Amino acid sequence: MTECFNEDKNARLIGRSDGPFETNNTKHTWDLEKLRSGHRVLMEYEYEMRPIDRGYAGRFLRVDLSSGSVEEVPLTDDIKKKFTGGKGFGLKQIWDMVGPDTRWNDPENVLALNSGPMNGTTQYSGMGKCLSTTISPSTNVICDSNAGGYFAPYMKFAGFDSLAITGKADEDVIIFIDGIEGKIRIETAPFEETNSHLLAEQLTHLYATEDTDEARQKVTVVSAGKGSENSYWGVLNISFFDPRRKVARLKQHGRGGLGTVLRDKKVKAVVARIKGFTGMENNPADIDKIARTGIKHHTQIRDLDKSQCNMRTVGTGNLVEIMDAYDLLPTENYRFGGFPKASKIFSTEFYKLFTQVIPDGCWYGCTMACAKTVDGLLLRTGPYKGQRVTVDGPEYETIAGGSNMSLWDPYWILEFNFYCDTYGLDTISAATTIAFIMEMYEYGILNKERCDGLEFSFGNADAIMQFLHRIADGDQGEFIKVGARGARRIKDWLIEKDWGDHQLIEDCGMEVKGLEYSEYVSKESLAQQGGFALASKGPQHDEAWLIFMDMVNDQIPTFKDKAEALHYFPIWRTWFGLTGLCKLPWNDTTPITNPETDEPAKVPEHVQNYVDIMSGVTGWDIKGSDLFDQSERVYNFQRSMNVWMGKGRRMDDIPPYRSMGPVTEVEYVSRKDRYDEQLKDKLGLSEEVIGKMSIPERILLIKEFRYDQYHKLADAVYCRRGWTPNGVPTPEKMKELGFIDETEMLETLQKAIDSDDEKGLNVWGGKYTEGEDTPSEKQRYWE
Amino acid sequence: MTQKVKMIIFHPEKCKGHLDCERACSRIHFKDDTGGDHSAIKIIKENGTYKMANCNQCGLCIDMCPVQAIKRLPNGIVVLNKDTCIGCQSCVAFCPDHVMRRAEGQVVPFKCISCGACVRACPEGALELIDVELSGIERTVYHTQGVCE
Repeated sequence: MTECFNEDKNARLIGRSDGPFETNNTKHTWDLEKLRSGHRVLMEYEYEMRPIDRGYAGRFLRVDLSSGSVEEVPLTDDIKKKFTGGKGFGLKQIWDMVGPDTRWNDPENVLALNSGPMNGTTQYSGMGKCLSTTISPSTNVICDSNAGGYFAPYMKFAGFDSLAITGKADEDVIIFIDGIEGKIRIETAPFEETNSHLLAEQLTHLYATEDTDEARQKVTVVSAGKGSENSYWGVLNISFFDPRRKVARLKQHGRGGLGTVLRDKKVKAVVARIKGFTGMENNPADIDKIARTGIKHHTQIRDLDKSQCNMRTVGTGNLVEIMDAYDLLPTENYRFGGFPKASKIFSTEFYKLFTQVIPDGCWYGCTMACAKTVDGLLLRTGPYKGQRVTVDGPEYETIAGGSNMSLWDPYWILEFNFYCDTYGLDTISAATTIAFIMEMYEYGILNKERCDGLEFSFGNADAIMQFLHRIADGDQGEFIKVGARGARRIKDWLIEKDWGDHQLIEDCGMEVKGLEYSEYVSKESLAQQGGFALASKGPQHDEAWLIFMDMVNDQIPTFKDKAEALHYFPIWRTWFGLTGLCKLPWNDTTPITNPETDEPAKVPEHVQNYVDIMSGVTGWDIKGSDLFDQSERVYNFQRSMNVWMGKGRRMDDIPPYRSMGPVTEVEYVSRKDRYDEQLKDKLGLSEEVIGKMSIPERILLIKEFRYDQYHKLADAVYCRRGWTPNGVPTPEKMKELGFIDETEMLETLQKAIDSDDEKGLNVWGGKYTEGEDTPSEKQRYWE
Repeated sequence: MTQKVKMIIFHPEKCKGHLDCERACSRIHFKDDTGGDHSAIKIIKENGTYKMANCNQCGLCIDMCPVQAIKRLPNGIVVLNKDTCIGCQSCVAFCPDHVMRRAEGQVVPFKCISCGACVRACPEGALELIDVELSGIERTVYHTQGVCE
């Protein structure tokens, strides 16, 4: 396909950004009265409107769709102290309302959308993130996912720090939080579209108080799509109305199937609306402190971003060329870390398509502004074929998902991106699963017949798009149904059918705990292998994005450094999810003096910025270590919940071999010098001995060595975190963190430890030779 | 036809540092006489002479505003709508001359609107309101940026 779809460039800016801008998108006219006529109010609840108290609304909202009831739960000081906000609040809500056996599609499952104390601040970049939690269909433990857009701040300013949705509705409903009238409503919504790009637009117009862009900016919509109904990859799209493009743009809670849960509960959308917005709604304790810190940081972005990450111009896509250069760009299901064709999808190519000269923050005041769009994209497939649309993104992981499927055409990546978003499907899980399917197809384990007629050779965009469309259509083909549930279910299916070598299937399907890997090749980065496989929710990069630090900046060279990084960074990064913040402004721009600091990887000046802003909002007298403590509590609580739900042990943290080393001969041969060298250096084999070995023999030796390294790393990390050698947070650790009264939790952990004892599992996982140090002298070091 | 815009220029050789201009500006923006942080125009003493820091109406801040609170009026002057502003400070930080101002205790910034109060207040005639070609001063955020430069 050589046709250039956007070559007319009609979608580019005309004049200045206060002047007219034409996206050239297909225009829709909605019969709002007809849509409204379908809305039957099933429940209405009035609440008292109150100002925010230094960042906290002071109450949770619980909506039970089965009984049609609403409850306000006061936010106590104890909850604030233990859980801080965001993910902490989400975990607390779930902990209060589910049992250890609750599964994702039980009515008891909670979908919690959470704000945080600093959320909604406009004076510093990246302060509008919503952090949502639920029991994931992919993993059946808690998954947390964060996204920009206006929902979390508007929900808080309407009166609630966290919304927990439980139960199931009988028909499609909208949950409406009206911060103007002080009302919660559950309404039927039979006539609206389900797919997000249209639904968000309809509801933005429907719930705006008047027909103006200003009024539309005060409305935000959380929605999924038709794909979410038939897949475990359901995303929540959070809208933010862009007054220049006049589009309800979308940011995604991508990971873990939150949209699947939303649609399982028959929620078409959650809508929040506020009256006005001045940037002072948090009623902060010290606005000058916040503003001064914000201006300092904005100025840094202004001066340095261009020569650092170039986020303002190309967004996170700047990583594509770096990852390719460092052999980290996933290609053909992570077999390779780069490709000669990769330059076709470098950020320079997307730059030509992105609309510039418009502030692109997904929350007000973010000058990092990485939320780029392609406007007026002409679609070539599916139900909207021939229409022109705005695509939010693509971000790095979506582009790299393209390379993983061997898709080297920016337009196909955009098409994939658009349909995933509007259908409510996660681009990462979809791409990683499809890449796995394609590899199995290449080996003949899958074929056209087994794939319900789809020809899944690497790079076949048509098959990829047909797969997405058929998922959204609710196609009942065996392959389509299994495929849409992700890599773990495909592995089980292939093994059950006995269509191929079971070990090969296990090694190639990139998932841990049931969640698909994010788009980084971690083979040569032990730290990132741990970053993925040890992550509480499954292998998503947001918890421990160490690959850059390890492979590009070489900041954690020793084994001890890596273990320490896997203690510090996952906990530190969790903090952003507690407070309602984005991580990118923390280290995607760094002060010019940062390399001279003691710990450049931690970006000390920016940590101090966060201390200043948190104290500026809440009035708390805090220091840097307090932020870490807030986070460590929640981090351990989440792992403890995993243990409680039966998935928090070493066996749940084992990566598939593809994430650790060469599974196949072609991978070995493609980096033969590297691996042969390692056999020499690490295993002490002579060149002569290596020369006599076959490639499969060499692969086995490297595999054994690397798994042992991984287990030693896990040993060190568990110990550093205060967990048992089998990965269970100890009751002693939990008490130290302040969980004294949570007897059920403490008992659960003790029971898990006792049961591990009985099975002989409380032992280090690495094979330590005599004289080699184990992480602690005493195996039961916590006692 | 080229568009013209009014802009304040400074004649340092005439300035005696009375700062009447700043006080006049405070009266416009804050209805007080404090000058300093309450003034859009700033006179800075440096090496025995004076420098002015004030908006030249380049309009780069227009592109920075996420809520379109900053606009260029038909007469070319760049103004900020206080009712629309959400206090994010993007315009303050990105202003190349640091002349989008924020006063303590406030998040809504303020700037020179070329009203000429400072010109009228200066007893020495050190300030002047002149017409300049808009095309010569206009700036946008992204035009100097590219990818992978």
